[in-house]
Amino acid sequence: MVTLVVAEQRDGVLNRASLEAIVAAQAMGGDVKVVVPGAPGTAVSAELSAADVTEVIALEHAALGAYTADGFVQALAALIAAESPAHVVFTHTYQTRDYAPKLAARLDRSIATDCIGVKSAGGGHVFVRPMFQGKINADVALEGPAPHLVTFQIGAFRVDALKKGGAAAPSRTIAASVDPSAIRQKPEAPFREAKQAVDLSQAERIVSVGRGIKGEEHIALAKQLAEALGAELAASRPICDAGWLPMERQVGSSGQTVAPKLYLALGISGAIQHVVGMKGARTIVAINKDPEAPIFEIADYGIAGDLFEIIPAMMAALK
Amino acid sequence: MLIAVCIKQVVTREWQVRVNEAKTWVRDQDASWELNEPDAYALEEALRLREKHGGEVVVVSAGPARVTQVLREALARGADRAIHVEGDHFATADAFTAAEALAAALGGEKVDLVLTGLQSDDQGFAQVGVVLAEKLGLAHATIIMEVQIDPSTASTGSGQAGSGQAATLRVKRELEGGWFQWIAMPLPAVITIQSGINQLRYATLKGIMAAKKKEIRAVPAPAAAAARQRITALYMPEKSKQTRMISGSPAEAAKELVRVLREEARVW
Repeated sequence: MVTLVVAEQRDGVLNRASLEAIVAAQAMGGDVKVVVPGAPGTAVSAELSAADVTEVIALEHAALGAYTADGFVQALAALIAAESPAHVVFTHTYQTRDYAPKLAARLDRSIATDCIGVKSAGGGHVFVRPMFQGKINADVALEGPAPHLVTFQIGAFRVDALKKGGAAAPSRTIAASVDPSAIRQKPEAPFREAKQAVDLSQAERIVSVGRGIKGEEHIALAKQLAEALGAELAASRPICDAGWLPMERQVGSSGQTVAPKLYLALGISGAIQHVVGMKGARTIVAINKDPEAPIFEIADYGIAGDLFEIIPAMMAALK
Repeated sequence: MLIAVCIKQVVTREWQVRVNEAKTWVRDQDASWELNEPDAYALEEALRLREKHGGEVVVVSAGPARVTQVLREALARGADRAIHVEGDHFATADAFTAAEALAAALGGEKVDLVLTGLQSDDQGFAQVGVVLAEKLGLAHATIIMEVQIDPSTASTGSGQAGSGQAATLRVKRELEGGWFQWIAMPLPAVITIQSGINQLRYATLKGIMAAKKKEIRAVPAPAAAAARQRITALYMPEKSKQTRMISGSPAEAAKELVRVLREEARVW
């Protein structure tokens, strides 16, 4: 049984989240091969070759230098047909999200997305995926002929669990089968909206607000608490979407990743898009009126209660 | 131009999820329902594009009879007409099944642009829009934060301008960590919309009254293909940490929290 891992690189720089997909593939058992799509001459990362895998395939074409959904689907559909793996595994990055479902549809094969684990079951595998905003987990079996495609959430597997090989894995270069005239997307260069004035990644303490803050007029209350704690103020995505705090204060997959000594989550439910940005915090405190909010699954300390009562009480206790 | 918006009805965020006895699905008989939030942003974007470029907005949903609630709501917000692909099995369907149904419903329409939310708040596959694009044979882009249509070419109902040149779409795609990228592609196309792309409008009384006269066309579900995935178990997530819940009155809990932050967690 072969599991094919699709690794991601940009300008020859490996996306380290791809190593997590190799860890997942190693956990599934059998041989692991890695494929990296890119422009000809892109060096295969030494980090990939150092992993305990049977082979690293550089899948090359000039049209794969810049990512396009159409280009990647063409190239990988042909490679997967030729290699006939049992599973094709990805890390669930924004790039994977953009084309992996189309690849599955092109191949007419099943795909499980955003999985957080894998279990052996009846000679095969079931994949664990969160549903209902992380409130519940499902074990999912994929149906139909192989290969099955699986994407794993960033952070679901730890890079430090990567098994290294005794010697560098052999590498092979394959000229990808791509018809550039069939690529409909014309990508422009990636850019950042504005220079990030606020670097939350260096903050020692962060007070972060979510939907539970209810209204823009209550942001000031969270700000007062942040000042009393000597903390930076941050937020989950919906708060920044609403314009209550600037986008540069957003923590999560589309915002900043932080690892402070203290992360105090006020009225944040704990959707995974937020959690990936803050679960590295040393101490996580959650205050939420819903005692079953997923944020409590990762919190060190929790208070199930009304933050409009607890914030003033905390400020009084801090004096 | 004809803009289609694929929407889903999901349980409300406040609803307490409970597993049914067979552990195959949630016990949603008593749930309250709402429009999937990213789909609401997709609808709003479609309405804004229509205001700018003219044309028609059609909303499509596959689901049990209850989904006419969100179709009616979309009509009240300003969509012109609705298509309901009827089928109780869509309530728990996988993304391929949903995409197949939406593709069948849109097959007879000369759509220029299809919008949908980037994922649903229930099963959260983040697949339907992308798979739908493949089934319709269209280009796509995901996690979109801005939409531009070249007005010189976006005037016909078939995605083809009078000159025979394809109309073009330019979209701003969100990447991770605060990065973005513009991507151009020909119309027709499918895009999935990120929450926060715009400010939502809500239905006015006038809109609600007008919606009563608008059409919701019911179409039968296409013959169901074999399911692509099967839920073998549903359960509450295991805690990854031992959480210490602090109880008591707000004053007591706050005082205790400040104490543990100082003395146990030592965050200062």
